[in-house]
Amino acid sequence: MIAALTILLACQLAGEVFVRLTGLPVPGPVMGLVFLLIGMAVRGAIPQDLRETANGLLSHLSLLFVPAGVGVILHFERIGSEWLALLAALLLSTWATIAVSALVFVGVSKLVGDPDGEPPAGDGAE
Amino acid sequence: MTGPFGDIWVYLSTTPLLWLTGTLAAYLLGVTLFERAGRNPVVQPVAVAVVILVVVLLVSGTDYDTYFEGAQFVHFLLGPATVALAVPLFAQWKRVSRSVLPMAAALVAGSLTAVISAVGIAIILGASRESVMSLAPKSVTTPIAMGIAEKIGGLPSLTAVLVILTGIIGAMTATPLLNLLGLKDFAARGFAIGVASHGIGTARAFQVSELAGAFAGIAMGLNALATAVIVPLLVRFFG
Repeated sequence: MIAALTILLACQLAGEVFVRLTGLPVPGPVMGLVFLLIGMAVRGAIPQDLRETANGLLSHLSLLFVPAGVGVILHFERIGSEWLALLAALLLSTWATIAVSALVFVGVSKLVGDPDGEPPAGDGAE
Repeated sequence: MTGPFGDIWVYLSTTPLLWLTGTLAAYLLGVTLFERAGRNPVVQPVAVAVVILVVVLLVSGTDYDTYFEGAQFVHFLLGPATVALAVPLFAQWKRVSRSVLPMAAALVAGSLTAVISAVGIAIILGASRESVMSLAPKSVTTPIAMGIAEKIGGLPSLTAVLVILTGIIGAMTATPLLNLLGLKDFAARGFAIGVASHGIGTARAFQVSELAGAFAGIAMGLNALATAVIVPLLVRFFG
């Protein structure tokens, strides 16, 4: 577990340094993700230790958002006076984003004939 | 408070131990309720934990800075967890690499929809400029959204709250919404929830399948990039 945590932190560190050196508008941890991906591609496999630690972290990914969420306590006044606009914007925008992303994904999959996507309607050729 | 309990409270309230433990315990309670409810996505563990912690902080008269001194250790793990998304992504690489075009198209469409619809609705309903700017990056994972909000004149701490509400809404409603649309492709479903509701949505996708989770994770990473580019540009042209 310690080796895997060290790998994850080292990738994040490398990502943060890389982003600052190059001035790219990419978040450091996302660049770290890319570095780890390259590392695994070079090695050709995922080390068992890394797989277990990553799965452990990701299985409780939502826990990591709790501290920032509790920050709602700082904004009761604003939320109280603007709750309708904020709630409507959050609900409708989130639903629209899910629907548009999923429909475009499926539509383009059909267009380019992705064999794993939903089969084109009325075409039983696969 | 006086007596031995008062002394103990004085000690505990100055160390990170109490609120670190409190954060884990509240989340654990949320997960337990989620399991008891037959893993119904409406019983969202983050929502349960936040409500419990807010009530406890208000009742005990604890301010957010004191709370965050303990909770920061949990918050910090967002970085390494983002890096860890490379593992399921690599495991699903063959499947993911076949969907480059659908992903690119869905990313551009989804990212623009997220920003423009949120900002548009908030403006129409008369939200203040600070709130509108804080809403713009709401579909992106917390630390990145806060950075974007700061650049365009939003309030980073308000953005963090709106980001988490977005994640909770996505995690609660994505499954029925996608069923309603009749979409069965888990790659598309995972990708959509990742674009719209970042890490909390990704956590929900992993509950359904590793394939959906891998696509949600890559969508979350890509949308962080896309939104970081799109929002400042839109603000420059229309702000």
